[in-house]
Amino acid sequence: MSFLECRDLVKTFADGTRAVQGIDLRCGEGEFAVLLGPSGCGKTTTLRMVAGLEKPTAGQIVLGGADITDCSPAERDVGFAFQFYALYPHLKVEDNIGFPLESMGLNRQERRQRVADIVERLGLGALVGRYPRQLSGGDQQRVALARAMVRRPQIYLMDEPLGTLDAGLRLEMREMIRAQQLDAGIATLYVTHDQEEAMSLADQVVVMDEGRIRQSGAAALVYDQPADLFVAHFIGSPSMNFITGEIREDCFVAPGLVWPLAEPVRPGPATLGVRPEFVRPDAKGQLRAEVVRDEYQGACRYIHLQAECGRLVMRVADRGREAVGASLGLDFARVLLFDPVSGKRL
Amino acid sequence: MSWLQLKGVTRRFGKAEVLSGIDLSLEGDEMLVVLGPTGAGKTTLLRIVAGLDAPDTGQIEMDGEEVTHWSPAERDIAFVFQHFALYPDWSVRRNLEFPLKAPRQQLASGEIDQRVGWAAELLKIERLLDRSAARLSGGEMQRVAIGQAIVRRPRLFLFDEPLTNLDAKLRESLRLELALLRQELGIPAIYVTHDQAEALSMGDSIAVLAEGRILQQGSPEAIYRQPVSPVVARQLGQPAINILSVQRRGDAWIGPNEAERMPALSGTGEMLLGVRPEDIAPEGGRVPGVVRVVEDAGAAWILWVDWAGASIHIIASKERRFAPGETVHPRIDAERALLWPR
Repeated sequence: MSFLECRDLVKTFADGTRAVQGIDLRCGEGEFAVLLGPSGCGKTTTLRMVAGLEKPTAGQIVLGGADITDCSPAERDVGFAFQFYALYPHLKVEDNIGFPLESMGLNRQERRQRVADIVERLGLGALVGRYPRQLSGGDQQRVALARAMVRRPQIYLMDEPLGTLDAGLRLEMREMIRAQQLDAGIATLYVTHDQEEAMSLADQVVVMDEGRIRQSGAAALVYDQPADLFVAHFIGSPSMNFITGEIREDCFVAPGLVWPLAEPVRPGPATLGVRPEFVRPDAKGQLRAEVVRDEYQGACRYIHLQAECGRLVMRVADRGREAVGASLGLDFARVLLFDPVSGKRL
Repeated sequence: MSWLQLKGVTRRFGKAEVLSGIDLSLEGDEMLVVLGPTGAGKTTLLRIVAGLDAPDTGQIEMDGEEVTHWSPAERDIAFVFQHFALYPDWSVRRNLEFPLKAPRQQLASGEIDQRVGWAAELLKIERLLDRSAARLSGGEMQRVAIGQAIVRRPRLFLFDEPLTNLDAKLRESLRLELALLRQELGIPAIYVTHDQAEALSMGDSIAVLAEGRILQQGSPEAIYRQPVSPVVARQLGQPAINILSVQRRGDAWIGPNEAERMPALSGTGEMLLGVRPEDIAPEGGRVPGVVRVVEDAGAAWILWVDWAGASIHIIASKERRFAPGETVHPRIDAERALLWPR
């Protein structure tokens, strides 16, 4: 039983822009769903329709069993956090955070307790007595998040709430959001363009492009079994390697590479995809490539390579620097095949 | 002696000391990344190197000459900003020509055409040359802004978080392109960022800046593997390094895992032990821990584990699966662990 359900949701703006072109979305009770995609894919418009800030051109939104398609934002029991925060300048941090509780009929003691809980959870203890103007941008954003999460609405809606924060703080806040959401067990719909953020937070990743859903499912599904080239490219950092070639006599054939296939695939043009962690150095490997750059990442290295069939990147554990210009033999541990015309996985 | 040197650079705004005794060095073929959070003083530092601001004390030397009081033009430095400023009504070509038409440059028009063509080819924006800047995407605008910096062939590049406002995916590909491009040009650069992945990936050398002070400068490997303090250690790595209290007992350090003895190092009493998430195996130790969250990082799992009274992160191989609530037996790779005084 879905908790939030969007049925064939469409949004066409007055200028004719078809921002959302038929979205079917289901989010279970307590589930963390992330709408992921590049700028302009329709993810924010979808979220704003669920919040009641945009009226759908067509389709239906059901929350907790009730059709809320025509409800005003105030009639929907949602907690909303934006990328650009708006705090009340005349209220101290604790009063800003407690503000959404005012109209809820809680007594003073209960309100204070709720504020104290979220303040502790988000590590804002030192800030409670200050005014917004006395806070850095990052701290203001943390206060805005606390205000969004102090209530226990039916669903949290978050639009890139970490977008403006420093990388380090973003990671910290990401964990705090996840921990708070898990504890409260409140369904969440979260928008981001950062695939790594999406993968780490989501029970369900919804990959969007040009107003449509390309694929949705657990992080492991969209990562290991991407439905098409778009998803395969968008999910994963560094991106999956793609080699253009063709299927001939149960082999994938490209310049400098003849890769035997485990299962027969229909002959014709094909694109072979291989994740950087499945490219392995192998002195006996048939594919030869030259090191273009060694990119250090602490826990691992990304070795950028030039092969006859194109540019490749390999992810390896850190065992020292590879010399630029060195020649390596390569093997692939796991590959995927795509139809280069439709983009679908074969 | 290094090509660029900052010696004891200090800058105050009113009572606040924004930069305190900064010593930095940069070789003539290097990219130096200054890594620090918002408010650390990164932009002030770049402005002082550029000559847009002057230090209260200290000096700056370029290629053996003291330049502390030289004007920006005399220093011949190109600056690329986070918020790029292109002329929106001009074509990309005119935007690229602009820095070459300054009176100081005195270039023949053939030379200008040649340089613009060269930069456009390097940055793969040849097909955009006649488009107006207002019609470019964010990534294309940043390429043109970088183009404006390189056409001049300056003595030094300064980059102030140039990729911050771009999509994550675009940032990843541009950081590689930018590093390769700079390498090819052989012009030194200072690049400031708050993004540790960018710093590790692009820097020949990294300087960690916090509250106006350089906490450590060294190769990415040195900063990541031998950070001088927990503060530096936390600046790099994702997820962040695990920091645990340990006790000296007899000739060894006893970790949170009582059964495991850390290598004996100098120091007494209570210390802080730092261990990176990739240097803890989920199994092999004796003290049990409970998996709280399993994050999918694509190439690996990130486990949040409650263990020996602490909450730790472990990067675990995808060769096996984990479930929340599962019991594991973490084991620290003592060879790779770090110790600091408490």
